[in-house]
Amino acid sequence: MYSNRYIFIYSTVMVVVVAIILTIVAVALKPIQDNNIRIEKMQNILATIHVDASVKDADMLYMKYISSSFTINSKGDSLPGVEAFPLDLALELKKPFDQQRFPIFVASLDDGRKAYVVPMRGKGLWGPVWGYLALMDDYNTVEGAVFDHKGETPGLGAEINTQMFEGQFKGKQIFDEQGTYTSIKVVKGGARDDDLHGVDAISGGTITSNAVSDMLYDCLKGYVEFFNHQKEKK
Amino acid sequence: MSQTQAINAEREPLFSAKNLKLLKGPLNTINPITVQVLGICSALAVTAQIKPAIVMALSVTIVTAFSNLIISLIRNTIPPRIRIIVQLVIIAALVIIVDQILKAYVYDVSKKLSVFVGLIITNCIIMGRLEAFAMSNKPWPSLLDGIGNGLGYGIILVIVGFFREILGSGKLYGMTVIPKFMYDIGYVDNGLVILPPMALIAIGVIIWVQRSREKELIEKQ
Repeated sequence: MYSNRYIFIYSTVMVVVVAIILTIVAVALKPIQDNNIRIEKMQNILATIHVDASVKDADMLYMKYISSSFTINSKGDSLPGVEAFPLDLALELKKPFDQQRFPIFVASLDDGRKAYVVPMRGKGLWGPVWGYLALMDDYNTVEGAVFDHKGETPGLGAEINTQMFEGQFKGKQIFDEQGTYTSIKVVKGGARDDDLHGVDAISGGTITSNAVSDMLYDCLKGYVEFFNHQKEKK
Repeated sequence: MSQTQAINAEREPLFSAKNLKLLKGPLNTINPITVQVLGICSALAVTAQIKPAIVMALSVTIVTAFSNLIISLIRNTIPPRIRIIVQLVIIAALVIIVDQILKAYVYDVSKKLSVFVGLIITNCIIMGRLEAFAMSNKPWPSLLDGIGNGLGYGIILVIVGFFREILGSGKLYGMTVIPKFMYDIGYVDNGLVILPPMALIAIGVIIWVQRSREKELIEKQ
């Protein structure tokens, strides 16, 4: 029979050994994982302007297409000195609305037009959902969109990051004819063909679809002032 | 006498008939999913496509193999009163390592598997094998038993994933295999197959096929 003393020492040693092994693994793999996340962010931003970047050439293509990036606040003023790429949107969205900061990535397309890529983040069914939306230089019409998620149901909610869903966003508009901010809604049962502010939802993925709707509305809201300023300047 | 026994035991070839049985048994007559009906939950969840099914199968195989091996190596030091805790710590540590490695080297697949890698910890097959086999057997047979059971689980996952992906999305390993003219003449992908209930039915069909081939699996009335 084992004494209590033996059991205590045994479990302590075991836990410490396992902790050390896990720490070593986590620390050793962290740089590779961080790089994966950075590359993925670049690939996502590039995908909104229809540039298909592989893991290898993402860095190079990002330098080529993304001409500048900057950060704004919800009043539409740009914030010099705040880098856009490392900005963590999840943290920003937790702040009060007037203290939030929003990154914008300016892309120069092959045909000379400019596009403005903005990140988005929201709550899905099982975890966070996020995405990027590229607007054309009228600050209104969508050029492209990508979505991704932490753990939506495969085959259902997870379909938001398929071409079938993302492709619907091209040509949609976030302001109506009067210039009022309307965002783009994900419509259950399917949007009308002529609906400029709606796309089809995913069957069986209603909660995720609604999450995408909410995310679009909440995150684009922060850019409305900035877009209005820019439109006035034109 | 005991010395000759020890020598005889050492001389047992690495892949003796007995050891091979540990490897092959779980693939068929003692399959963890179709015969022991363990690990069903993840089998339903990750088999909508074949690629996550393959990665999941490999991950589970690695975890069963190494947890069996480690537990077998330290089996004589484990106090029986806390053996379940020890087993869980080992399994959890291995699963975290596998998860970290997937995140570092196959990032896209690890995103698809999402929570299910973490849930390998609760997979009944692994703890079942530790309790039933590794706690009372030598390291090498335990390793084989772990690999066998992991593969036995994996082969069902891959078979189910194969049928669900081809019937549900018309693809295999992410590539479209149903030719376009089939869609043109009115063929439609069956969305129901993507949903978990159809995975349960698929496993039911596999059990049916297996039992009609292996008569000894049928219970005697």
